[in-house]
Amino acid sequence: MFERALSGSNRYWAWIFFLLAVIGVGFLAYMKQLNEGLGITGLSRDVSWGFYIAQFTFLVGVAASAVMLVIPYYLHNFKKFGKIVILGEFLAVSAVTMCMLFILVDMGQPMRVLNVVLHPTLNSVMFWDALVLNGYLFLNIIIGWTTLAADQKQVAPPQWVKPLIYLSIPWAVSIHTVTAFLYAGLPGRHLWLTAIMAARFLASAFAGGPAILVLLALLVRKFSKFDPGQEAIQALAKIVTYAMCANVFFFLLEVFTAFYSGIPGHAHPLVYLFAGLDGHTKLVPWMWTAAVLAFASIALLVNPSTRQNEGTLKLALVGVIIAAWIDKGMGLVIGGFVPNPFERVTEYAPTMPELAITFGVYAVGLLVLTLLYKVAIGVREENGAVEH
Amino acid sequence: MSINRRQFLKLASVSTILGVGSAAAITSISRSGLEASQSSPDPKGLKAKRWGFVVDVSKLKTEEDYQKCIDACHNIHNVPTLKNPKHEIKWIWKDDYEHTFPNMAEDKIMNKELQEKNFLLFCNHCANPACVRVCPTQATFKRKSDGIVMQDMHRCIGCRFCMAACPFGARSFNYVDPRKDNAIKVENKEFPTRMIGVVEKCTACYERLAVGKQPACAEASDGAIVFGDLEDPKSEVRRLIAEKYTIRRKPELGTQPGIYYVIGGGEHV
Amino acid sequence: MYNSGKIIAGLAVFFILAALPFLLNLGKANAKIEPSINTPEINAMPVKQCVESKEFMRAEHMQLLNDWRDEVVRNGNRIYTSRSNGKQYAISLQNTCMKCHSNKKEFCDKCHNYMAVKPYCWSCHIAPKEEKS
Repeated sequence: MFERALSGSNRYWAWIFFLLAVIGVGFLAYMKQLNEGLGITGLSRDVSWGFYIAQFTFLVGVAASAVMLVIPYYLHNFKKFGKIVILGEFLAVSAVTMCMLFILVDMGQPMRVLNVVLHPTLNSVMFWDALVLNGYLFLNIIIGWTTLAADQKQVAPPQWVKPLIYLSIPWAVSIHTVTAFLYAGLPGRHLWLTAIMAARFLASAFAGGPAILVLLALLVRKFSKFDPGQEAIQALAKIVTYAMCANVFFFLLEVFTAFYSGIPGHAHPLVYLFAGLDGHTKLVPWMWTAAVLAFASIALLVNPSTRQNEGTLKLALVGVIIAAWIDKGMGLVIGGFVPNPFERVTEYAPTMPELAITFGVYAVGLLVLTLLYKVAIGVREENGAVEH
Repeated sequence: MSINRRQFLKLASVSTILGVGSAAAITSISRSGLEASQSSPDPKGLKAKRWGFVVDVSKLKTEEDYQKCIDACHNIHNVPTLKNPKHEIKWIWKDDYEHTFPNMAEDKIMNKELQEKNFLLFCNHCANPACVRVCPTQATFKRKSDGIVMQDMHRCIGCRFCMAACPFGARSFNYVDPRKDNAIKVENKEFPTRMIGVVEKCTACYERLAVGKQPACAEASDGAIVFGDLEDPKSEVRRLIAEKYTIRRKPELGTQPGIYYVIGGGEHV
Repeated sequence: MYNSGKIIAGLAVFFILAALPFLLNLGKANAKIEPSINTPEINAMPVKQCVESKEFMRAEHMQLLNDWRDEVVRNGNRIYTSRSNGKQYAISLQNTCMKCHSNKKEFCDKCHNYMAVKPYCWSCHIAPKEEKS
């Protein structure tokens, strides 16, 4: 089946080589980081996680969002998702791959990564996160590849995949819950110490992930003969709408608790993010961009006429993705470290090598996604009508 | 019996995984090195149920009083002095009241003397340490024998989860090679440096305790830092805590920090 | 044979690449490496004896050092009782091993280079000062 990824148009190969070039630049930057240490990034004693972990957090959500296709299709027999459920599963594979790479490039001593396995530590959330992420990666590779292979032969998928598919549903919830627990269980980090963190993570995941999926489906329709189907896209858009409303609502709950309680420590990170603290305002424009985009895209999504219009739908989805990316990436990670345990402000901004490494990891993810989608689309183009 | 290519590949891959896995398991079980009976603690070593500190800031008067404690520690532990404050490595340092006790600093009409006081800060060696709870490799761990929160720089993978977890900012990460640019002012040949990519912090001078010496900061402090067994009611630290009013940093977080600050001020307090 | 020219050329390139490590080392002396124990401390010893026998140290020093570091850092045990002579030693790479083996270049590096292993002990542990040789 994989041979489908080895033949393609000139445009396909140009895209592949472009990604390889970006990966190459990222790899060189990573070699520099390995040699000189994480000092080449913008990280500091006070802000000890940054851009890498922010991308990781955002992408775990993208990975978990595949479940928004799996649940309607397999649990509620919503046939319209039959053709694109594979796109969700392969997006999850690509996203989890990037998650793992972002964790790896964030490590000070990556060659010791096996210590996590050699000295398993059940009380560390990081251990569980490594476990559930790996499990989710394998689940999606196995499920996606097996069902696609069955489609190619125009037969029903083997019986043993069904339990794996059902397992993948709570597993998707688990990867994002455990990732939220990385943050939500730390004493003294006011922005993170909140019981609603996992719920917020899931809401923003189910908004951002399906939004990316719809845009990918539209791209696939444009560049290939495979049509994911108008109803499927609209159904996904509705999922994005509800999830984004929940996401913004949950965030406003945080704002209420922080400010109405009047406890200074709880308010400080939010003040820093949206107004600046002690004259430090680096993230303020970003956070307001996210806020404006969030409300604007909700307005476009809630209104049926703008949701059904593909042009405005695309705008709304891009808005959702950028808002979720800023809020859950930079805002959440940096906001947790500012102010520091001494109530001092150290600001953070990624450096050039840090950005190069980040783009490199994204290019790896896009490469994985391109190859997998090429195979899936090839199969779909041959027998697009199959619904089982 | 004949098998086709597909079956052969399946069989081969499964047996490879099993073979490699069991080989790895066997080699990790058989330790060819020393037996447990061959290593023992130094009989000169100091022992306690739980080590802790009392820092009497009333005895720290001049800038030099602070600096000699800091230097004593940083010099023997090869702690580098780095120009970029973002990459700073600190095992013990000085900070003012407002930032040492940020949760109490909103009171602007309190005792002026206390507000202007400086404090010595280092790892609290908490009884319930958050850093230990989060570490995915047990590179940081609490010693069962005496409660010291240790950092095994050999095992640290540099994930910095402990830095996010520590509410006291006690941990530093080696963003740059500490040996570069002559950052280590005084090199102690008896103690290692660190390498890039690992987290480090105060280890309560475990290497000195083991041979019967007090922690370097306590020794250099002229009685401002008292070190002793918090679980022993007859110890010097317990006597001080019983006699004087002491405060700890962020006790509300439940980590049970092991540094008690005596703010002194004579008869007023 | 189709494309015989390309296939033969390809095979030739493959053969050269595969054999490159051997070709490059052709004719070079491949003498047995003997780490030097010629240091003042060792020369002053009446009986030249490490913490364990030479054979054991040669085969197992990496495992011993691994165990030593866990004993000191994790278990707080700093005294090592030798299996071969019953003597006690302070467990310390910097302060025990390297006090005798003060010639890291001729003792450690020589073998490690030969075996192409790069232990990162010295990224942290301070090697003894040596005159440039």
